[in-house]
Amino acid sequence: MEATSLNLADIQKIAEQEVDFERAYKYRINVCCSSGCVPLGALKVLKAFEDAVKELGVEKECKVARTGCPGTCAVGPAVMIEPGDYLYQNVTPEKAREIVRDHVVLGLPVKEMLYKNEAFYKKQQRLVLRNAGKIDPQRIQDYIAMGGYSAIVKCLATMTPQGVIYEVSTSGLRGRGGAGFPTGQKWGLVARAHSKPKYIVANLDEGDPGVFANRTLAEADPHAILEGMLIAAYAIGAEKGYLYIRSEYPLAIQTLQKAIAQARSISLLGDNILETGFKFDVELRFGAGAFVAGEETAILASVEGRRAMPRPRPPYPANSGLWGKPTLIQNVETLANIPLIIQNGGVWFSKIGTPRCTGTKCFSLTGKTKNPGLIEVPMGITLREVVFDIGGGVPEGRKFKAVLVGGPSGGCLPDTLLELPVDYDSLTRVGAIMGSGGIVVLDDKSCMVDTAKFFTEFCVDESCGRCTPCRAGLIRIKEIFDGITQGDARVEDITTLEKAGVYIRDASLCGLGQTAPNPVLTTLRYFKDEYLEHIQDKKCRAGKCFKNKEEEV
Amino acid sequence: MGDAIVTLKIDGVEVHVPEGTMILKAAKDNGIIIPTLCNLEGLTPYGGCRLCLVEISGSPKLFAACITPVSSGMEVTTQSEKLKEYRKMAVQLLLAEKSHVCSVCVANDHCELQSLANELGVDHTMFERNFTKEEIDSTHDFLVIDRNRCILCTRCIRVCDEIEGVHTLDLRMRGKDAQIIMDLDNKWVNSCSCTSCRKCAKVCPVGAIYIEGEPVGHTKHKEIAEFITERRQRKCK
Amino acid sequence: MQVTEKTKVATIWLSGCSGCHMSFLDQDELLLELAKKIKVVYSPIMDIKKFPENVDVTLIEGAVANEEQLEMLKEARAQTKILIALGDCAVTGNVTALRNAWRDSDKLALEKAYVENTDKNAQVPTDVPKLLKKVHPLHQVVKVDYFIPGCPPSASVINYVLTELLSGRTPNMEGKSKYG
Repeated sequence: MEATSLNLADIQKIAEQEVDFERAYKYRINVCCSSGCVPLGALKVLKAFEDAVKELGVEKECKVARTGCPGTCAVGPAVMIEPGDYLYQNVTPEKAREIVRDHVVLGLPVKEMLYKNEAFYKKQQRLVLRNAGKIDPQRIQDYIAMGGYSAIVKCLATMTPQGVIYEVSTSGLRGRGGAGFPTGQKWGLVARAHSKPKYIVANLDEGDPGVFANRTLAEADPHAILEGMLIAAYAIGAEKGYLYIRSEYPLAIQTLQKAIAQARSISLLGDNILETGFKFDVELRFGAGAFVAGEETAILASVEGRRAMPRPRPPYPANSGLWGKPTLIQNVETLANIPLIIQNGGVWFSKIGTPRCTGTKCFSLTGKTKNPGLIEVPMGITLREVVFDIGGGVPEGRKFKAVLVGGPSGGCLPDTLLELPVDYDSLTRVGAIMGSGGIVVLDDKSCMVDTAKFFTEFCVDESCGRCTPCRAGLIRIKEIFDGITQGDARVEDITTLEKAGVYIRDASLCGLGQTAPNPVLTTLRYFKDEYLEHIQDKKCRAGKCFKNKEEEV
Repeated sequence: MGDAIVTLKIDGVEVHVPEGTMILKAAKDNGIIIPTLCNLEGLTPYGGCRLCLVEISGSPKLFAACITPVSSGMEVTTQSEKLKEYRKMAVQLLLAEKSHVCSVCVANDHCELQSLANELGVDHTMFERNFTKEEIDSTHDFLVIDRNRCILCTRCIRVCDEIEGVHTLDLRMRGKDAQIIMDLDNKWVNSCSCTSCRKCAKVCPVGAIYIEGEPVGHTKHKEIAEFITERRQRKCK
Repeated sequence: MQVTEKTKVATIWLSGCSGCHMSFLDQDELLLELAKKIKVVYSPIMDIKKFPENVDVTLIEGAVANEEQLEMLKEARAQTKILIALGDCAVTGNVTALRNAWRDSDKLALEKAYVENTDKNAQVPTDVPKLLKKVHPLHQVVKVDYFIPGCPPSASVINYVLTELLSGRTPNMEGKSKYG
């Protein structure tokens, strides 16, 4: 695509052209080529489909597309054939030809290879992931054909920046990075800040183990993030945005780089966006593997090229962020919601989810679950629905024990709390957090003490070292855990754990320290008997501990 | 700092301070002492040690007094059972973190951590104390850093950067492994930026950086804070 | 605590330098006051072989560094109502515990002392109690009721704690817990 200067109407034209172009095809084969499926041979499957389509002479009526993730990571490589959204599981290059022959040529879907788990999608509501697995993330036309960039067109053509902020406020959208701050309110703060220039930082530093929602989003639908940034920039009056992504996500980086280049080439980014005089550009910044860099003040330091260390607030980034200028920091999932809100209105969005927590949330469902993968559910859904209906429960023969909500600094919740609605406030009340959206299901083979120890170790390694509670406190908690799991502990240690945990939660400087004791505190709250069993009887009912007992007094 | 005067209550006492003043300073100017470690007047507040935590009515959270500016009508509590418990906990954690063996430390009797433990009545640590083998760098002509005693308050880093203006000192690694280094992790003697100004030794609240052969008690504490403030003011003018 | 009957007090010397005991004796004339209320039933400055039963207060100096001391401490705890850690070694491990920074410090410590730094008859002694892997302050091994830090603790603080306890009060260590 040559660099051209388009105007607002041209976007509509591109969309129409692309829709016509698509209409020529009777079938569209979407091969998931995201980080989950590629190691399973998705690229070979893609090639096999392309070859099969040519061989069987249906290339005129069937398009093979390289897409992002439909969410079913358990059964990759996953292939979806439209129309009808037929999802094939565990596709191999050998099976590709058979699928093309039967499904495309003969029109008979290969039933035995179809993904049979209807429940997985039934309770989901895919808004942020609307295009995931359906469009080719490498082609901006695909996104535009799905109505993409129409929201920024709408903003530029018909809305004032205040109007945009009003819509976002009406929607009730809250930050998806974990803290749940009302997005509209944040935008208002930055918009009202006097100083200039203003900046936007999109946070894609997803450092939690076992969490991959943002990565999948970037790999599957990078333009949704860019459009969200554009709208935010228009609303707050920013001219420069930084997309902070961890360097451990090579495919997402590559996809985003391409997306940014494409957006620039049709003047969706640059000095004169769609000939309206609106100016905005996005630059990628790469993280160097620090979990704490996802914290909003640490990310600022890192973007500026300094050590990713959180700093005290106030001043809040809305007033003094990047280089002391007003800065809007937003998680990419939050940003991907924005185009939908603009297209459909804030009122429409506010009706999804619960009144206090509107919209949907993406979760990475992992652990001892039948259907691991990326899911998106409306706020307010119960944990039981997530774990048992969507996740299908724990594998045969095992018993559900707990579910860890919120990543490494989340809380371990027992089966008695399964009816809990998933929203910011309910989760906080029971000691868990929304966090980055990690849900780990634990079965009776998991030891709760060992689980809490594992996540504490993670936080010990990721503490930045600035404040005493987090730096000097977590390591002591870890040592006590070492004692408990090696048979060298006393009952008083439980009190020490509790005291230290509460102290670290209350006294730490940033969100990392404030939430790091959550696994410890929730396991102590809901699974104290297991701690006592470890200490008094030197017994681990899951058989995980007391394995490498070192000689101690 | 603006000219406007803000009225707030600290421990029930009404105080009037200029807008933008930090709670810690507002309290100190009115005779209310809040314990601190990383804070040193004249240097950018760091908010790391968490000793100066205070309660502000209307919020369930705790605030570090050194970095929280006053606001009109604020009601601050600097002493409570909970705060005392938390301050003791911070001192315990610092004492347990590295080899803090007061009896053989150069800063014995002139150490802020030691005197805080005394004031707060921290008569033992509930955590097992660590004994560390961090590197001691005594290559400099007269400055010595014993990282086993460092509490990572970063006063030295800040004084080196903000007052001396050379930024020889900084941190390497993170979390429990964080350490003070010279230049890009050079031996001190090889540091090309160090001006041997001794400020780092003078601001060190513990015995981590000291001047060989010079009694620690001679240089520490009040005078240096005054010295820094004075320098600061001169700079501003 | 009964004042009519004298309070039975014991003192124990584990891995320490005896400085805390010296400081105890430094109470000077205050000792005479104390002596009216207490009876010392066991101490390194007395010739009693076995730790007595039903002791009211035991002051312990020094950290736990070998197996014999471990036994001794457990015995004392079992027989004592109020157990006090006296001095930095008992409270923190202090200098005695500096060896904890090394792996296998139990072996290393003996090697350094008896082999590396001797001119003749270099050999690791075998007829002494086995060193523990790590040196522990008292409260990591048994429950300790009160702590008097200091290297050594000042005579006045020792006197303060004892006087408070003898009059049935809880000593407040604020301003009195000076390490080193």
